[in-house]
Order: sequence, then structure tokens, then C-alpha cells
Amino acid sequence: MTGRRIALSVNGSGHDVWVLPSDTLLDVLHDGLGLADVRYGCGEGVCGTCTVLLDGEPVSGCLTLAVQAAGREVTTLRGLAGPGGALHPLQECFLRRGAAQCGFCTPGMVLTALDLVRRRLARGLGRPSREEIRYALIGNLCRCTGYTKIIDAVAEYADLAAAGTSPPAAAP
Amino acid sequence: MTVTDPRLAAPRSGYRVVGTSPAHHDFADKVRGSLLYAADWQLPGMLHGRVVRSPVPSARITGIDVAAARALPGVAAVLTAADVPSNRIVELASGGLGELQVTMPVLAADRVRYAGEPVAVVAAATQQIADEAADLVAVDYEELPGVFDVESARADGAPLVHDVGNTLVTWQIRSGDAAAALAAADVVVEGSYRTQHAEHAYLEPEAGVGWLEGGVVTLRVSTQVVEHAATIAGILRLPHSKVRVIAAYLGGGFGGKEDMTVEPYLALLVWHTRRPVRMIWDRQESLAASTKRHPFLMRYRTGADRDGTITAQQVEILGDAGAYPNLSPRVLFAAAACACGPYRVPNASITSSAVFTNNVPASAFRGFGAMQVTFGYEAQLDLLAERLGLSRTQVRERNFLAKGDLLPTGERVGTCVEVAQTMHRALALLGDPPRPSGPGKLVGRGIGCNRQPYGRTIWFRDRASAWLSLQADGTLLIRCGVTDLGAGQAASLCQIAAEVLGAPLDHISVYIGDSALNPPAGGTFATRQLYMSGNAVLRAARELRDRMSPVAADLLGAPAGELVFAGGRVWAGGPGGPGEAADGGAAPAGTGVSITLAELAAACDRRSVSTAHLATWHAEAGAFDPRTGQGDTFPDYTYGTHAADVEVDAETGQVTVLRYAACHDVGRAINPMRVQGQIQGGAMQGLGYALTEDVAVEDGHVQAALFADYLIPNAHDFPDVLVDIVESGEGMGPLGARGIGEPPIGNVAATIAGAIADAICVRPARLPMTPERILALLDEKGGTR
Repeated sequence: MTGRRIALSVNGSGHDVWVLPSDTLLDVLHDGLGLADVRYGCGEGVCGTCTVLLDGEPVSGCLTLAVQAAGREVTTLRGLAGPGGALHPLQECFLRRGAAQCGFCTPGMVLTALDLVRRRLARGLGRPSREEIRYALIGNLCRCTGYTKIIDAVAEYADLAAAGTSPPAAAP
Repeated sequence: MTVTDPRLAAPRSGYRVVGTSPAHHDFADKVRGSLLYAADWQLPGMLHGRVVRSPVPSARITGIDVAAARALPGVAAVLTAADVPSNRIVELASGGLGELQVTMPVLAADRVRYAGEPVAVVAAATQQIADEAADLVAVDYEELPGVFDVESARADGAPLVHDVGNTLVTWQIRSGDAAAALAAADVVVEGSYRTQHAEHAYLEPEAGVGWLEGGVVTLRVSTQVVEHAATIAGILRLPHSKVRVIAAYLGGGFGGKEDMTVEPYLALLVWHTRRPVRMIWDRQESLAASTKRHPFLMRYRTGADRDGTITAQQVEILGDAGAYPNLSPRVLFAAAACACGPYRVPNASITSSAVFTNNVPASAFRGFGAMQVTFGYEAQLDLLAERLGLSRTQVRERNFLAKGDLLPTGERVGTCVEVAQTMHRALALLGDPPRPSGPGKLVGRGIGCNRQPYGRTIWFRDRASAWLSLQADGTLLIRCGVTDLGAGQAASLCQIAAEVLGAPLDHISVYIGDSALNPPAGGTFATRQLYMSGNAVLRAARELRDRMSPVAADLLGAPAGELVFAGGRVWAGGPGGPGEAADGGAAPAGTGVSITLAELAAACDRRSVSTAHLATWHAEAGAFDPRTGQGDTFPDYTYGTHAADVEVDAETGQVTVLRYAACHDVGRAINPMRVQGQIQGGAMQGLGYALTEDVAVEDGHVQAALFADYLIPNAHDFPDVLVDIVESGEGMGPLGARGIGEPPIGNVAATIAGAIADAICVRPARLPMTPERILALLDEKGGTR
């Protein structure tokens, strides 16, 4: 197979990378660009550990070919960091609520939850209910926490964001 | 939703750091996504590995042709059994039954015994080439008859999995005269219970990177046990000092990374190619070939007086070990030792066997044999209640163990048993019973109590070591060989050291999981690390404090016995005396002048007083006599109760869990938020086990071929797990703690089965309790009306 050069924009930085047509976005981000916050968990799009935002929408990196991301904006968990590496308010809620154990699912959880809250607020739908948070996180499996503390964290962030005390970070 | 926010709770019992829930170093890295797991390392010239596995469960290997694979451009090595210096996986034995009878080869030479057994291993420049090369390894199999369930395996004339016979081990525990007591009992209830193969399904698949450095084969892997370095050295015929295993922080383990996974294959490839190699098992490979939880077949007979007092219990357990021993002898031992649960049983007869089949090997999984039996003994208690017209809580309270009681093994229960309190608290969390949501809906409530050991089987003479060093600037280093599975194993050590030495948590760095650089702590399994390494760190910290105290006392002009180590300083005791709660960063109440820990370190240095200290904690030793079935088993137990309300849809058999509550006595909560997390996570894993998870091995082939086929709970499947924590202060761990890693998974299946039985008036006796099986039970009930 022959490689081809594509332009990727990842967390606000441009990269020219050589990829094979069969390379997944996960392969390129994790192995090619060294982004360890995008993780192989199942390769089937079931577990959500490879979740990234592609033009702001959550996708599974294992089911997305790298060439599909050419010319588009990719955001990984690291892209949420503020100036000086400051945690995003949603990450602070995860920390405060003890919403990580092994931490392997955490990047995907945070990105999916952030997308939920942003979409709800952008459409004027208000904060998501606990039930809506559960539903939005179906595609992000966690085997350690039992989810309760993750949902606590997202609910706390949703309250903050809806109240405007901590507006969701602007879409990258 | 959690019941209380532990961050708001004041530290109990006068401790400053223990009993609070700070967010540790590992939490911060995980929430940032900056933690590097086993698959996240890359080295220059790194190759990629792939294991070639048998597609059939029982066969003779008549030929292996690796020529095509070796010829593929980019392939660096294709290794078979002939390339393994010592083709046997020999773990350090403890002296228990069933060990070393059969050894597992690293790569099968002439015979495969389960589908998924490794027969060759490949390394290539890219993963794609390695995968292609693995497909090109041509193995000729002559299929042989196999056995795929424990009853067939024990039948006369069954095909032998190994020449020694299909029964790997049989444990017997006997006390009193169970047969006579059953014959004399007012009532006898009987039941047969079946459990399934279950998958750990940690989100991080088995993975690691290996390289050769200074003649040392070094592996950085996702493992619970760095002590496997010795086993790997045996395989490569190297001195133990020439293999080093580093454990990355794990993306979950649950027992599935207690046996070796990628390690021997990585080591072989590194040794042969002299290059760095990475190996990651595909999720699908992990499902097909990694170890599983043992399916159990359990038969219980329980006799009792009319008032509900249990007089006798007979238990027979058959566990499907799969094709190789792994940890099956010990899993079935734990099953036998815990088969009567948290109840007094004066006359007991317990037989527990591990049986070889041509299924995928079963081994350690959170709960380790002591959890499957909960499904049995709790069902018996419910049956007894029903038979005698007692409530389920009454019959349990009549039989709960108490401190000082004898277990069927003849051991005395050495610490308090607060299981009744956990039962009442769990039920209190549930509140009033629910009402059915509509016609055709049936609601029910269940409870499940358990007794789960913490600490290794006692004949291991377990020990753990830790090394602390107060640095010149007053910060603290901890080195301890513990591995961290995500439960805060490293973080809790920091809290214990901070409590004793007064170093602020952000001034403490902890180095873990390295067989070469850290004092050995034993692996993280058997709910042993807080108990063992926690005690080692507590001892090291106290001994270091005692050594430095005279220096501080001299500087402060105060008695050494009255110093207070807190807030990065050492305080002279004042009128109120030491040991009272610190108020923020201010001087602890009742203290006077102080020096910083840096000043103390400098003073110790000037006086040649070492500020580094190594300490070892030894668990209690004991012995078990397998002939009499009497003796010592485990250091101690954690007790707890879960309670649940469910609704069953009589049309579809669907079970909806409405409310779920869990309460355990953890002795002392070092970090209450982490304790809650352990209980919530264990309960959720147990809910999957109870209702949806099934590897479904048919004729030796795993049917759950995709992760999508193996239904672990998602965020929407079950309600929040309500948690209450009892702190009896009476455990064998540091500061009176008990272990809580494994216990909270054990109660769940019994709790849900009890709730379903309450709803539909038939007791499920087989896991998982799928809608199809519930409908079958409803039909059965209808048929007998």
C-alpha cells in the first residue's frame, strides 16, 4: 500500500502526516503523533476510549480512517487544557467528584460529556437531566467506577455551565 | 447519587489526613489524560508483536511451517516452542495442593488444549506486518476429542486434558458431623446453582513494551505482579537479576492481569531480536484467550432448627478450570473456605474441586471463588426463611458470625463482625418498597450478605516491604513494589505516610511497580495491598519518625514522645498535648514551637542520623491440613450487605433494577471517596455478572467474539449505587482498615436473585439471569399452578 500525505489539525496545531489508506485516526494520533490520551480499547467502536472530537463532534478514532480527518479539526482531551495547562472546568468536576479510577476511559468520558452539555446549551435546552447524561454516555464504557461518580461530575458541570458561572469552553 | 459527600466529612478519630478524600497525583494525571499506560511507550527501532493462537480446542500439532511468515518483508522473528529456552511457566509455589502437577508451556509444542492457546509468536516492523505474518504461520492440527463441562470431564472414560486426570485438586473442609446433623434437622433446604464464564473486561487490553538494557530484559507492562520477573527469567534460563518488570499504572486489572499476559511473549521476542518490542492484545483476542472467572456448579444442603438456627451444611463445588491450572487450586480453596458465608455452621462438609476441561483457562477474578459461593449460600438462607415463615433478615440475624466464633476450618473469627449493621444500613438506604409501574410488572426486594477474605492464603507467609526517605528539603519519597490498578493503591500509601510524618501530600512522591528498584511488596491481588503495603508503610513511617524524633526533640527542647508531625513541620507538645486535630495550616491544638521537616532533615544529616528507612510487614503465619480439612485459611475477612429493588416484566422477562444499595465494614476508610468508588464499581461489575455478562463457551469456542457481544454495564443500564460505610475500627490493615477491593462484587448476584424471587416467587439458580431464563422460570411456575 502506498502512503499519502494529509494535513491534520490537532488541538489547534497543524501536522503534515504520511498515512496508509488503512490507517485509523486512532493509529495516527496515538502512535504517529504520540497522543496517549487517545486509546485503543476494542477496535469496534464499542468502548469509547478512543473518542475524539472531529469538528466538534465525538467520533471513535478506531472507526475513523485517518484520511477522513484530512483538513478537519481534531480535538483530544489534551486540547481542553487552558493557559498554562489549566484544567477545563469539567475536568475539575471529575477531579472533585472522584470520577476516575484507572483513568483509561476518562478522556472519552470527558469529551462525550462536554459535547452533550455544549449541544444542550447551544440549542437553549438547558442542563441535561441525570437520565440524559446516562444516555449520552452509553458509548463510553467504564469498568471501575460504576458510573455514579462520573454522572455526579457531569451533572455538577452541567449546573455550573447552565448557570453561566463556568461557561463551556469555546468550540475549538 | 452518593449519600454523603466524603469531602465534607471531617476526618475521624483524630487523624489529619487519613479519613479525608484528597485528589491524588494519579487522579490529576488521569483527568488530564497525561498518564502513560503500558501501550503508550515507544522506543527507537521498536518492533510489534503478535501471538499465533490455536483455532481448535483439542488437537495434536503435526507440523508448523514458519517459512512463509519469516519470508515476509519486515518480519524480524517467528518463534515456536523449539525457540523457547525453557518452555514451562513455573510460578513460585506455595506448597498448597494442586500446584506444579501440570505446567503450562509458553508455546504449545505438540498438543493444544484450548482454542486460543499460543503456538507461535511473531515480531515485525509494523503491527500490520506482524498480523500478516501471524496469518502465514501454517500449523497442522489433528483434532482430538475434548471435554467442555465439568460433569463430562469427571465421567468415566472422558477424554483426558492432561495425563494426570481431569480433577486438578479437591479440597475438603469438615467440622462436626454434617450427615448426622442434616438427618436430625427440623428442616432441610437444597439447591443447585450454576454460574458462568465471565470476562474481566478492563478497558485497557493486555499490553506492554520490552527492551534489552545492560543485558537485562526489561518489560514495562500492564501487570498486577512484577514478581513474575522470576518466572520470566526461568523461561529464558537467565538469572533472576537479569529480568526486570516494571508495572505501568494499570487501566484495570480485576485479577485478569495477575497471571502473566504479554510478558513471556514479549520477553522471548526481545531476547531473540535484541530489539525493543511492543505487544498489545486485540480486544477480540483478549475475549477469546485471556483467563476467565470460573463457572461453578454448586450443590447445597442446609439443615436448621425450627427457629432458623443452622445446624448443618453440605456443599459440593465443581469449578471449571479450563485447560491449565493457573490459579484454580487457590480459587477453589477460597470457595471452600468461604462456602458457608458469614454464618455459624457447626456441622459442615465442604468439598470443592477444580476440574480440567478444554475450555479457555479460568483463573483469578475479583472475588476469587469466594464470590461465586455467595450466590449459593445466600439462596439457601432465603429458602430457609421461606420454609420457616421467617423474614430474610430474621434468619440471617439468627446465624450471623460473631467475633470468637469458630469457622468450619476450626479457626476462630478474630475481629468484629458488623454484618448485621451493614444489612440494616443497606436496607435503610433503599427506603420504602417500590410499587409496580404498571400491569404485568412485578416488584421485589433482595438482600445479599457476604464474607470475603483480604490478604493471601495464610500458608504463603506473606510479606511486603516499603522504603521511605525524607529528602533534604523536607519532601518525602516512598518506594514500594505495589502495582496500582486504579483503586489508589499508591495514593493510600501517601496518605498513611503523610499521617505519620506530617509531610503534605503534594510533597510526597511515590515510586511503585518495579521489580528491580523497589522493595518487594507482592502483587496487587487478594485485596492484600492496603493490608500488606499499607502496614509496611505505616511501620516504616513510624520507625523513621521514632528515629528522627530525638533530633527534633533536642532542637525544640521538648520531650520526644510529645512531638506532633503535621503540616510539613514538627511541633513541640504544648499544654493540651499532641495528637489533636490540626486546624487548617495553623499550629495543631496544644502545640508550641516548631521546626520544618527540612530543618529536621538537615539536623539529622549533621548528626549522621539516616532519614531513609526500610520496613517489612509480615502477615500472620499459619498452616492448613488438607487431610483433616482443618487449619488456618485467610488473615481476616470483610463483611457487607447489598440490597436491591427490582421490577420484572412478566411479558418479556426483563429485569429492571430500580434501586441498589451497598454497605460494607471497611474497618477504617483511609480515603472515603475511594472506598465509595470501590464499592460502586464492584457493585456495577456484579450487576453485569448477575444479569447480562456471559462469555458463553460452546464446545470450547468463546461465543462472545466481539466486545459488542459481551455486555458489561453501560451508564444507562443500572441506577446509581447508594453507599454507606461502616468503620468498626477493627481490621488487620493499617489503623484498623479492612480490604475493600474484592468484597463488593460478591453480594450482587445473590441480591438480585433474591429480589427476582421475591417478585416472581421462583428462585433463579443460574447466571446470568437473562430475560429468556426469567421467562422460563415464569413458565415453570405457571405450569405447576
